[in-house]
Amino acid sequence: MDLELLVLGDEGWGDEMLRAALVTLMVSLTAMGIGLFISIFGTLSKLSNKFYVRLIADVYTTIVRGIPELLVIYLLFFGGSNAVMSVAKLFGYHGYIELNAFVIGAIAIGAISGAYSTEVIRGAFLAVPRGQIDAAKSVGMNKFVIFARILIPQVLRYALPGLGNVWQLTLKDTALIMVTGLVEIMRQAHIASGSTYSPFTFYITAALLYLILTTASNTIFNSAENWANKGVRRA
Amino acid sequence: MNYELMIETFPKLLVGLNITIQLVSISLFVGFCFAIGLALLRLSNNLFLNFFAKTYVFYFRGTPLLVQIFLIYYGIAQFEFIRESFVWSFFKEPYWCAILALTLNTCAYSSEIIRGGIQSVSFGQIESAKSTGMSGFLLYRRIILPIAFRQALPAYGNEMILMVKATSLVSTITIMDITGIARLIIAKTFSPVEIFIVAGLIYLTINFIVTRLVNFCEIKLTPYLRRAN
Repeated sequence: MDLELLVLGDEGWGDEMLRAALVTLMVSLTAMGIGLFISIFGTLSKLSNKFYVRLIADVYTTIVRGIPELLVIYLLFFGGSNAVMSVAKLFGYHGYIELNAFVIGAIAIGAISGAYSTEVIRGAFLAVPRGQIDAAKSVGMNKFVIFARILIPQVLRYALPGLGNVWQLTLKDTALIMVTGLVEIMRQAHIASGSTYSPFTFYITAALLYLILTTASNTIFNSAENWANKGVRRA
Repeated sequence: MNYELMIETFPKLLVGLNITIQLVSISLFVGFCFAIGLALLRLSNNLFLNFFAKTYVFYFRGTPLLVQIFLIYYGIAQFEFIRESFVWSFFKEPYWCAILALTLNTCAYSSEIIRGGIQSVSFGQIESAKSTGMSGFLLYRRIILPIAFRQALPAYGNEMILMVKATSLVSTITIMDITGIARLIIAKTFSPVEIFIVAGLIYLTINFIVTRLVNFCEIKLTPYLRRAN
């Protein structure tokens, strides 16, 4: 193995790999954000009284969790521009629109992450004892206050371990969007190994970068869990 | 929506089903066998063995499967001594590289599931088995492993579904499984939605059958929990 390939600066690929790691982190954060946004609506729909609203949410989570991530990415990668162009046509724009690889990747991974987050947050919602909501009502809290003071703090506590798992999944799924051409860790390793004929060196570096990202986020989630469980009595 | 294209695509994608099922079943079977050993290493008191198992699981669960596949398929070729030795006939085939990567990956995840199952066996059970004179291999074969498998089955069902989905990644190293063929047809016809629906339906059907099978095993293995009717 030739470690000189990994020095920073013009001679080596070190700085390029680090920049790619930053892109991976950005895509993951954006996707996780999109996923959490989706999961709010997903949870509300799953807990709704209306049959069709529940059905839509159920179909969404079942399909996305049962189909390979790569297929979802291909659908958006090949179909995304077409969909946007046909919407633009309705508004009278007939030119060619190409979606940014970052946007497609973040939306695709976000849609996948959203399905998993929905299940986690729904479970956390159901874990809050109903008696607490009755008690809150009896002291005169309205819907909004109950949501902000009773539900949110507890849902957050119950959901954190599950969301930590979803984050790890999301982070690792971003490796797949190399197929869209976005230069994140995997694509950069692919490019570098293609031009230096040292694939092992670069893919093992990529693996190490992912390990650093997953380990660091694990630590952060652990301390967040400790923080959220501050007030919980333990036997 | 182009229904004609969808009907036309269906048999073409079914050709890839064969490869997908081969990859899933071989890697799950081999991975599971090694996972039992790995779980036992992880639970052993020997510091060195324990450390080995921990590091293995840490690496394979902390990196994306795609990196693992690429590392084996593209990465190994960097070393000349491997290219000149007899193992090269194994590593030059994308099919075997894919099976190796998937097996190593599922082994790490399954070992954690089995470890959880083994640790959930109550101490009283082990104690009473020991009091009747069972020990070592017999204790594991008759008491600990059966109870552990029953405990671990729901989690292992999830792992099986993850593996079905994971096989789609082998299309990146030129293997023509369902996803590989789907990608090819999408690139040719440029109708991603239709192909996505057909390929998606095939995967959903496989996963549906897997969940039904796991449910069936769960019911069969827990007769004492069944309600009288």
